[in-house]
Amino acid sequence: MKNSNKPIIVCRDVHKWFGDFHALRGIDMEVQQGEVIVIFGPSGSGKSTFIRTINRLEEHQRGDIIVDGIELSHDVRNIEKIREETGMVFQQFNLFPHLTVLQNITLAPMWVRKWDKAKAEEKAMELLTRVGIPEQAAKYPGQLSGGQQQRVAIARALAMEPKIMLFDEPTSALDPEMIKEVLDVMIELARSGMTMLVVTHEMGFARAVADRMFFFDKGEIVESGTPKELFASPKEQRTKLFLSQILHH
Amino acid sequence: MAAVTDIKPPLSERPSPLGWARKYLFNSLGNSLLTIFSIWLIYTVGIGLLRWVFTQAEWQVIATNLRLILLGQYPIAQVWRIWLSLLLLAFLIGNSLAIWGKAGKTAKRFGAGLVAFPLLLALTAIGAESRGWLVGLSAMLILGWYLGRPATRTLRRVVAVGWFIWPPIFLILLRGTTPAEGVLPIVGTNLWGGLLLTFLLTVVGIVFSFPLGVFLALGRRSELRIVRWFSIGYIELIRGVPLISILFMAQLMLPLFLPAGITIDRVIRAMVGITLFSAAYLAENVRGGLQAIPKGQFEAAHAMGLNGLQTMSLIVLPQALRLVIPILVGQFIALFKDTALVAIVGLLDIVGIAKTVLAQPDFLGLQREVYAFVSLLYWVFSYAMSYVAQRLEISLGVGQR
Repeated sequence: MKNSNKPIIVCRDVHKWFGDFHALRGIDMEVQQGEVIVIFGPSGSGKSTFIRTINRLEEHQRGDIIVDGIELSHDVRNIEKIREETGMVFQQFNLFPHLTVLQNITLAPMWVRKWDKAKAEEKAMELLTRVGIPEQAAKYPGQLSGGQQQRVAIARALAMEPKIMLFDEPTSALDPEMIKEVLDVMIELARSGMTMLVVTHEMGFARAVADRMFFFDKGEIVESGTPKELFASPKEQRTKLFLSQILHH
Repeated sequence: MAAVTDIKPPLSERPSPLGWARKYLFNSLGNSLLTIFSIWLIYTVGIGLLRWVFTQAEWQVIATNLRLILLGQYPIAQVWRIWLSLLLLAFLIGNSLAIWGKAGKTAKRFGAGLVAFPLLLALTAIGAESRGWLVGLSAMLILGWYLGRPATRTLRRVVAVGWFIWPPIFLILLRGTTPAEGVLPIVGTNLWGGLLLTFLLTVVGIVFSFPLGVFLALGRRSELRIVRWFSIGYIELIRGVPLISILFMAQLMLPLFLPAGITIDRVIRAMVGITLFSAAYLAENVRGGLQAIPKGQFEAAHAMGLNGLQTMSLIVLPQALRLVIPILVGQFIALFKDTALVAIVGLLDIVGIAKTVLAQPDFLGLQREVYAFVSLLYWVFSYAMSYVAQRLEISLGVGQR
């Protein structure tokens, strides 16, 4: 999958504090184009905070983050440029309830990319077909199931044709029978060559498509490696314990 | 679901008038006594009221002064200008109902009510000329409806433009453009009065305080400290004083600060006062709506690359304003009634006119008749606003949340 030597995301010694709480304690990570990264760890370990720093939903206070050659700084133009190149999918879907499914998807391409309506709608229908719900285009988010809403959210993020997709616990708010329909879409996306950073505890997904996995605890990367390495022979005691807890329940 | 509600309750529970009365009015000794007392009270008050309305009240005072109450001292020879703008308005309403009401049941019922209203008024004891204009209003509504039926995109745009150019057309017709001799002689604002003035104050107050209030609400949440402080200061200052004192300031103190020779029209001063007052309350109501929008909505919009302005105008405000429609309508109805205070600073709105009518020797002691009629006017229009708002809420709420 690693088809380029120049990493698309570079994080060096990233720190983040919430008041006195030191949420990220020096995160280093390089992601190559086309890589699928799974980030996991106990709650409060900083994994969500970390991927939210990549598109500046959270501000990092020390260290460097460089996305697609653009350095994240206080410069608003840089932030907006990076946000255009990164799509994000949230735990709570965060669809816009006052817009139809189609309008949810066409909004950003029309206002940020300045596409005309016909082009944006064509792209939206193509994406809705890809996530398997073209027939829901005219409905409002409130009329869909959780799984369908999350698939719309994925289509909405893809509509901007991003280079990177960030997933912040995309299946944690879903009923068990809907998790699969969302994971299937994500697996298909991973196989299509999209660069993905996924915060999740779905180890089946990790095993199937992840190139590398990062185990976070207390704001640090405890251990990283390929799924095979981590599942078969985790080096750290904390990783071992955590994996045994989420795999055997 | 329809099938379930179609099932009738068991026989023993089907309502008969007697059974209903026993269940809800006479189900205990105390309640029976209360029912009897209430019936007696309603009867006495009701009979007294009806007797007064139909036998004792001297409604002649209303009929004689009707034009004054509705239009103030607007010159009789120029009243056609107001009628003409009303005709245009009726046409626009008919158009809009056909286009945006989607020829649905509600739109039809509402339209029928609007058509019937002028016709009913035409049946009352008013002059032949007014009767003609009233019939004209109904005709324009119907004409507008039929022309609006195709509801094409071009038509839609034309009607939208129509709504934007109607207010200036109305104001030009109302005020006039030429000195005394021309086609449209100028009618000074000192001659505007009655219901006309009340409406003008209300509509101007709503139209201008709405954007101002929204900006103040956004300002109060701004990250720029100066903007935030200014908004908070403005809102708290205005909310801390009664409307009447603002109106007094606008009428009496403002001229003191202006350089000699510059005067601002009294009606405009009142409009400014009302707008500034209303905006502060509107800002707080809108802020309530803004606070109800979850953080995730902002994050999703930002993550997609929308900038701050786009996030506000496309995502946050549409949802926030929808949430506060009922509160805003309540505020606008209150504003409509609050305009009555301008009578105290000497403007001749409905209440001001009522006071002048009652000051005439011919109509001494007829306070009850005059104020009953004024109240009725306020009620009719307040209720109309409330009704339209309810419809709006229903049509906007479909399929959401």
